[in-house]
Amino acid sequence: MTLTRSTVLRAGLAAAAILAFGGPVLAEGKTYVFATEAAYPPFNMSKPDGTIYGFEVDLLAEAAKRAGIEYDLISQAWDGMIQGLVDGKYDGVIDAVTVTEKRLQVVDFSLPYTTGGSTFAVLKDAGIEIPGADSLVVLDDETAAEASIAAVAEALKGKTVGVQVSTIQADFLEKYLAPRGVTIRTYPNGPDVYQDLMNGRLDATMAAITNISAFLEKNGDEATTAGPNFTGGVMGRGAAIAVQKGDAELAEKLGAALKSMSEDGTLEALSMKYFKMNVTPKL
Amino acid sequence: MGEIGLLGFGPDGWGLVLAKAGLMTLAVSVAAFLCGLVLGTLVAWARIGGNAVLRALAEAYTVTLRGVPDILVIYLFYFGGRQVVAAVGTALGFAGPFDISGFAAGMLAIGLISAAGQSEVLRGAYQAVPKGTIEAGRVCGMGRFTLFRRVIAPQAMVTALPGMGNQWQSVIKESALVSVTGLVETMRQVSVAAGTTQEHFLFYAAGAGIYLVITTLSDQLFRLAERRSLRGHPGTGTGA
Amino acid sequence: MDVTFLAGMFQSLLKGLPLTLNLWLLSLAGGGCLALLLNLMRQSRVGNAVAGAYVFVFRGTPLLIQIFMIYYGLAGFGVIRHSILWPFLREPYWCGLLALVLNDAAYTSEILRGGLRAVPRGTVEAGRVSGMGRIAILRRITLPLAIRQALPAYSNEIISMLKATALVSTITLMDITGIARAAISETWRAVEILLCAAVIYLALSIIVTRLCGWLERRLSPWHFGRTTP
Repeated sequence: MTLTRSTVLRAGLAAAAILAFGGPVLAEGKTYVFATEAAYPPFNMSKPDGTIYGFEVDLLAEAAKRAGIEYDLISQAWDGMIQGLVDGKYDGVIDAVTVTEKRLQVVDFSLPYTTGGSTFAVLKDAGIEIPGADSLVVLDDETAAEASIAAVAEALKGKTVGVQVSTIQADFLEKYLAPRGVTIRTYPNGPDVYQDLMNGRLDATMAAITNISAFLEKNGDEATTAGPNFTGGVMGRGAAIAVQKGDAELAEKLGAALKSMSEDGTLEALSMKYFKMNVTPKL
Repeated sequence: MGEIGLLGFGPDGWGLVLAKAGLMTLAVSVAAFLCGLVLGTLVAWARIGGNAVLRALAEAYTVTLRGVPDILVIYLFYFGGRQVVAAVGTALGFAGPFDISGFAAGMLAIGLISAAGQSEVLRGAYQAVPKGTIEAGRVCGMGRFTLFRRVIAPQAMVTALPGMGNQWQSVIKESALVSVTGLVETMRQVSVAAGTTQEHFLFYAAGAGIYLVITTLSDQLFRLAERRSLRGHPGTGTGA
Repeated sequence: MDVTFLAGMFQSLLKGLPLTLNLWLLSLAGGGCLALLLNLMRQSRVGNAVAGAYVFVFRGTPLLIQIFMIYYGLAGFGVIRHSILWPFLREPYWCGLLALVLNDAAYTSEILRGGLRAVPRGTVEAGRVSGMGRIAILRRITLPLAIRQALPAYSNEIISMLKATALVSTITLMDITGIARAAISETWRAVEILLCAAVIYLALSIIVTRLCGWLERRLSPWHFGRTTP
């Protein structure tokens, strides 16, 4: 066969297409691929040798066993994860993804496996006082929440708050605090936000209570939580496993597994193990 | 000191994982460079010997890929690549479903960018070949392939190698951008390690070290190849 | 083709244009000055070694690692956090600009070195024989010839720096790419947003390439087959 332009082009494209086939994709005995960040303690973290461990790793192992499915857990950057799910790169995302209206437009969710809200973290000697500690503010009723939000905005006016990109906390900050004179900075990676708080570049950060607790375990001498516990509204209602839109089968299988785990106390035990508190809902 | 131990190969040490990530960087770079070579040759071919339409397309391709930031191209392939691969795959007769891994997205994106640069190098190298030698070859009755193998390629290689060496160095550095897709190559691994241990300076320095090792070794290899390619050329004193 | 979405997207992305232009032009200016300095350093043996090492490190490592090293790596040291540099290094803008300047300086110094080497010794000698002082030789012989030689390579570097500014989006700066990344997580319409951003960068790079081509033709008309500009 002559080495013409078109044969070379075809060969090159074929090679590219072949190399592009990532994982196993057979109809029977399908192995589901789940994506996680592996850098969001204590939900999912990585060890030096690359193994992923954490609350969600154990949760997924147990749920998959009960649902009778084979699965692979891969680590991806959070930045493009939901977009990746929308594009069909994987079958599910398990990364403390909170169920929100905005996300429900593009993906489906299993039953939630944690509740728990979000709050702020500040450095102890930075002198930032945010009113409303130990109070729970439900954002579903915006008028009722307005007083708390205004107080928080007043305390943070002119200050810089850091948050991870594409999170419910980022949505909250953009919607309620940015218009009131608070500077918001978004980071691609979660750990980097805490790093900049420690470096003094940020006056406060906002994240899930469970995530902040994990951070405070290592840095409790220098940092502490501040402000009210926010939930509901733009903060959604609990974290669940995200699946592709229309994949009711997987959502139901996982939901049923999670329900049985909640009923026999496995879910609560896992929560106590990793969060030292029970943040699981009664399913 | 505890910090240097983090780089070691023990159970708490990130050394092994960093080494593996370094190999992944090499793998992605080699794959991307070869993609770029194949495509770059085609584009250079189109620009030299094609008709007006082909030449215009090739030039548009080069201008576009050299004018758009690499990180955007990588994102485009990572987010949009699946549709492209699906279209190409069905056109070539493969059955679905299709998926595009971070490796493939990175390889194709960097390959496409590199092809634009490589086509310029190859074009310049071809034009540097003395036309007289090509004519002489044709007069002697050489076929197209023999002409290429014995006349064009050796002479073009002399001009092309330094440029290709530069392209290779660019590919290695662009491979760091593939980290945004989550592929575990050096940059991403170093970021994860730095974030987990909070030893940012140490791990970024280690990452820089890995890249310097790769680029220095590559530099030496290319220089060796350049010296060999000059063998037998008039006026270089390395004659056969 | 959702024209309203695309039009709105362009408007949002163009808000990042001032920051992109700012970083681009300042990094070229700063890098150029530092490159001149590096080349001057090469006159002495120690200076040559230092400049050589600098160029080796900054050309042999990816810009992304350099940015992260300056932004996160330096902040890890208490010494830095309590020094007078901290008000600058605290801000992602200055860290990003510093990384871009240092990176550009390495490449530009090599381009300048190539340009200076291309100046024929004979012309410099002729200048000295004619009684020109060192500054005069530099101004009337060396630099004009070196710049003409280096211009094609430098125009590539200008475009490279434009593309490099996109990387500062990784340290939370809202340039064109930063706004694009934020928009993707808002609307999930990645391909359209990225294409919009790509078009803006492409337009900028075409303008610059045309300008540099015009400059090349004006400075060296003989390369293009004419005797006068």
